[in-house]
Amino acid sequence: MASVFEYAPAPESRSVVDIAPSYGLFIDGEFVEAAEGKVFKTVSPSTEEVLSEIAQAGEADVDRAVAAARRAFEKWSALPGSERAKYLFRIARIIQERSRELAVLETLDNGKPIKETRDTDLPLVAAHFFYYAGWADKLEHAGFGASPKPLGVAGQVIPWNFPLLMLAWKIAPALATGNTVVLKPAETTPLSALFFADICRQAGLPKGVVNILPGYGDTGAALVAHPDVNKVAFTGSTGVGKEIARTVAGTRKKLTLELGGKGANIVFDDAPIDQAVEGIVTGIFFNQGQVCCAGSRLLVQESIQDELLDSLKRRLSTLRLGDPLDKNTDIGAINSAEQLARITSLVEKGTAEGAEPWSPECELPSSGYWFAPTLFTNVTQAHTIARDEIFGPVLSVLTFRTPDEAVAKANNTQYGLSAGIWTEKGSRILAVANKLRAGVVWSNTFNKFDPTSPFGGYKESGFGREGGRHGLEAYLDV
Amino acid sequence: MSEKNEKTEPRLSVFKTYKLYVGGKFPRSESGRVYEVTDAKGKWLANAPQSSRKDARDAVVAARKAVGGWSGATAYNRGQVLYRVAEMLEGRRAQFVQEVADAEGLSKARAAEQVEAAVDRWVWYAGWTDKIAQVVGGGNPVAGPYFNLSSPEPTGVVAVLAPQESSFLGLVSVLAPVIATGNTAIVVASERSPLPALSLGEVLATSDVPGGVVNVLSGRTAEIAPTLASHQDVNAIDLAGADEILAKELEIAAADNLKRVLRPQPVDNWTATPGTDRLTAFLETKTVWHPTGSLGASGSAY
Repeated sequence: MASVFEYAPAPESRSVVDIAPSYGLFIDGEFVEAAEGKVFKTVSPSTEEVLSEIAQAGEADVDRAVAAARRAFEKWSALPGSERAKYLFRIARIIQERSRELAVLETLDNGKPIKETRDTDLPLVAAHFFYYAGWADKLEHAGFGASPKPLGVAGQVIPWNFPLLMLAWKIAPALATGNTVVLKPAETTPLSALFFADICRQAGLPKGVVNILPGYGDTGAALVAHPDVNKVAFTGSTGVGKEIARTVAGTRKKLTLELGGKGANIVFDDAPIDQAVEGIVTGIFFNQGQVCCAGSRLLVQESIQDELLDSLKRRLSTLRLGDPLDKNTDIGAINSAEQLARITSLVEKGTAEGAEPWSPECELPSSGYWFAPTLFTNVTQAHTIARDEIFGPVLSVLTFRTPDEAVAKANNTQYGLSAGIWTEKGSRILAVANKLRAGVVWSNTFNKFDPTSPFGGYKESGFGREGGRHGLEAYLDV
Repeated sequence: MSEKNEKTEPRLSVFKTYKLYVGGKFPRSESGRVYEVTDAKGKWLANAPQSSRKDARDAVVAARKAVGGWSGATAYNRGQVLYRVAEMLEGRRAQFVQEVADAEGLSKARAAEQVEAAVDRWVWYAGWTDKIAQVVGGGNPVAGPYFNLSSPEPTGVVAVLAPQESSFLGLVSVLAPVIATGNTAIVVASERSPLPALSLGEVLATSDVPGGVVNVLSGRTAEIAPTLASHQDVNAIDLAGADEILAKELEIAAADNLKRVLRPQPVDNWTATPGTDRLTAFLETKTVWHPTGSLGASGSAY
């Protein structure tokens, strides 16, 4: 994109990862065929190259996996916490050892830049296992009573935007607390979960403690509805979250939901512009904006709108879009054709409703799923693009005059997952943070994650928290 | 002689007209309906308002209006207000003992135990208002130059279906934790024994509890609850007073705006000291991050 400085390509080698032409389901410590023999293909979003053929789990497979997890539960939950901890520490270590391989794999299967898988996803994945490993033998100190008990079999359904990280968020606390799991990765990104199965094997994890069932929404639905599942954890869209909440109604299943968001990134007139611009870019263009807590609504104080937008546009012009395996790439591919179509249609709607789109000059690769970073000005709260989650590299810019107006606009959404505040003034940060209805508030930073810190939403962004001491509650009988 | 006659005639007592407690006022049901409330032996005690769906919606409006002030009050202040409720309850002990005895068919002594436990429960929760954040919140040691804090915050408007059997202790046990943490509440009283709940409204009205923080409805639980469970401006629902079939139906309705749902918990003994579960059930956790980079030449850092 940049015309002055052309970068030489700096591709990360894909030889570090060996993808088999086909994978089975991982049930009871073994890779097995799906009972109905169904398979599906997973492709690399940046090239549309078929990476592998994956067994597709059906209801009979869900039965088998839940039964395996149930059998494993008795022994696993009875292990001393210190022994469970050691398994989790082993897993954390193996993830670190294999992190380059896993980063390349994740980039191939998901389309996100290697820079992000290498520097964000994988370190956080290992850190989550380390963090929860340490809890396994300290649960009596976690504040949930003297001897908190695991729930049993956890059915977990995760999305495609952070495949391995979401797996870590789900599996690490579940195992630390003594539950066994059946996890369904997303149909477009099943590979890292299947590689994780191999890590479980290397770590010597007892059979049946972790089971992986690739498949589509119907597989997830069968898992969530299975009568022998005690705990359901889901990360994904608000629409599906509501369906799941209806499915578990009237049962004793414990439920946590991490759903959509429409995060407001609020920039006050005294904010340091350069840092704020970086935060805005991180907020919405990290992982191509395919982040539930993305700062997809920029609320900028009217008096600095022009200055900020000039800076922002200048900065966007330096973003490099292209081969995700290139270490210089900032913006990778959209995860799937389906997601690309959704982004495209919402952006068209934004234009049709009168908002003004802007993108830097940007050449899109000829194959794969791509969307240029886009920002919309002239957006009002009534516009679809200011209300609906786009889940793509699209930023809607709105303005405000007073802090109260900023708060009112920030909260004017069904969601309540994240928000950002940019100001020099400490009291303003605290006052605004207090009034925002969001589970995570980043002040003078954005999109920071850490295993010690609870993450989760208010309102229709779901309930329950993942991460930190709070994240244990979801897997304990409290 | 006539004077003497008057003295032997028993004094005609003054009945009480029980009314709802909504937005700090005591309205009748907008539907104009009442239903007969009897004691455990079937003797008529009073007519209670039979709330309509409209009453429920009005109560939600009142509860929403009160959220800002109540959740924005200091925890210390909320504790003071809750303690004041306990003081008022203590002063009207005899009335509640009578009402509970009638409602639940208990002896005066057993009813007194229930009322005393309820007052003590209220005091217990009054003490929690400024402690819960310390117990369930905290600073997180993140691996990087950032500072972050997790703090609990009220989830907002909470609909509470009071337990059907324990008309007063059960009611207090589910209501006090909801408001202690800064939520506002719409309580649907025990259907068969609503009178102690309606009288509690009178106590709340004289206890510095701002109008709208607690709203008390009486009537048919199965008629009122679906409106609350499906109401888009209700943030959470406690299903304590719903039977299994109703609870499932309400939980499904609650999914529409992803209300926080507290499913009915079997409670054998309401006098047992509760844990913090009912406090935390209606709290959100907010985590606020800030960089802690070293200061640059300008004296500023992000």
